[in-house]
Amino acid sequence: MINIFEVNETNKMIEQENLDVRTITMGISLLDCIDSDLDVLNDRIYRKITEKARDLVETGEKISMEYGIPIVNKRISVTPIALVGGAACKSSHDFASIARTLDRAAKEVGVNFIGGFSALVAKGMTPADEMLIRSIPEALSGTERVCSSVNLGSTKTGIDMDAVKLMGEIILETAKATRDQDSLGCAKLVVFCNAPDDNPFMAGAFHGVTEGDCVINVGVSGPGVVKHALESVRGADFETLCEMIKRTAFKVTRVGQLVAQEASKRLHVPFGIVDLSLAPTPAVGDSVAEILQEIGVERAGAPGTTAALALLNDQVKKGGVMASTAVGGLSGAFIPVSEDQGMIDAVKDGALTIEKLEAMTCVCSVGLDMIAIPGDTPAATISGIIADEAAIGMVNQKTTAVRVIPVIGKGVGEMVEFGGLLGYAPIMPVNRFSCEAFVERGGRIPAPIHSFKN
Amino acid sequence: MKKTIITVVGNDTVGIIAKVCTYLADNNVNILDISQTIVQGYFNMMMVADTSASDKDHGTLAKELQELGDRIGVVIHCQHEDIFNRMHRI
Repeated sequence: MINIFEVNETNKMIEQENLDVRTITMGISLLDCIDSDLDVLNDRIYRKITEKARDLVETGEKISMEYGIPIVNKRISVTPIALVGGAACKSSHDFASIARTLDRAAKEVGVNFIGGFSALVAKGMTPADEMLIRSIPEALSGTERVCSSVNLGSTKTGIDMDAVKLMGEIILETAKATRDQDSLGCAKLVVFCNAPDDNPFMAGAFHGVTEGDCVINVGVSGPGVVKHALESVRGADFETLCEMIKRTAFKVTRVGQLVAQEASKRLHVPFGIVDLSLAPTPAVGDSVAEILQEIGVERAGAPGTTAALALLNDQVKKGGVMASTAVGGLSGAFIPVSEDQGMIDAVKDGALTIEKLEAMTCVCSVGLDMIAIPGDTPAATISGIIADEAAIGMVNQKTTAVRVIPVIGKGVGEMVEFGGLLGYAPIMPVNRFSCEAFVERGGRIPAPIHSFKN
Repeated sequence: MKKTIITVVGNDTVGIIAKVCTYLADNNVNILDISQTIVQGYFNMMMVADTSASDKDHGTLAKELQELGDRIGVVIHCQHEDIFNRMHRI
């Protein structure tokens, strides 16, 4: 039988170390909503989402209450809308109307974000894909809860540089369209290489076409728990350190698995995956950067940071994999800047630059995330940043992403406040040399040689 | 039968166990096991309970126990045992 010390350990993790289940995300396929009439399509989308996710929020809250574990977010991901809206949408305004439908559905069922206003263009864009991408500024400025993502490269297909060029422009346009909210629209827009089909985390969640009709994915968290556990092995060798991370990741993931199974059972929806990510929040003690500091670097960004992050990411996976029947999504350590107090401090202290963050993305689970840059950054420079990240993902066979926010009207060193889980960030300097001639070439970067495995 | 774990943590005062047990008895909750310890000067109690005969659902019991805890100055949690079994047992 369980003893009082084990019970206390669990409750201490929850109460003092910010252990939580970050999100229960219901993936819903909208492929069966497709129609050539836009009104019919919008109506079917609204009805399918509100019917499938009717009990999602209430069920999440009940599970949370019964097990005493906070479940922070309840969210929905849907089939990439470029595929769903292709037959009905004749213009980018038509696509934006679908975004408004998603927003209405999200509000009706009470979820705080709905992801999947997305296009998968790793090898090329269909007219529908391009229309959806061009509708993103209107879609994100006209809605509150819709998240958008574009996958424009993969190890198998290479990088669609036309889409890279376009996304640089679209990110800037989205920033301008939401300038009265400190360009908040860009916080809900992610560009991917090797995007997973089952990611439960926003803003990049979508319900891939390889998935079933409806599925429950769960994202766990717990940087504070790992940080706290590592305090007990201060000064010990790397083997001891790694063992401690694995043990902690195992415990955290077991809770995620329990919540995922319960949610799946109660909602009568198949369980998909547990995403074992260390997802920080701006709350004190809920920081990945603080784990890196505990491992031994003075500030995130100091020499040694990339190695520390690499071992952290790997041990989290090794510990978590055994705790869950199916692991997927992004799984690893997230390193967003604005959502992590330790990262914010590192930027303020001059320890962390975009270039160092780029190096860190080679070994962590995602990419350049929630980074505020000056509003006068040229579109071609943003495209260059995207191309660099996509190349890292393509060559290393991993997911990489870019979520940068060019804050219109603000410059280096100024602060920008996004609010809530999105946090706040100092605006970081971007390399001022141009890559316009590179981005202007157009076409596609071919897949790397090691992608030919057949 | 799903067991429920009730934990009580706070400053030690007279009558904590009595008040919690009275509430549980009034609501037909059977106590299967009690263990108690003092950690860093704080009163720590864990009860393993069977709530299946109670008229109230888990959410109501958890909420009312929490309110009882607020009144007597301790923190009371009421959780299904699965979360602990999952975390600490393979």
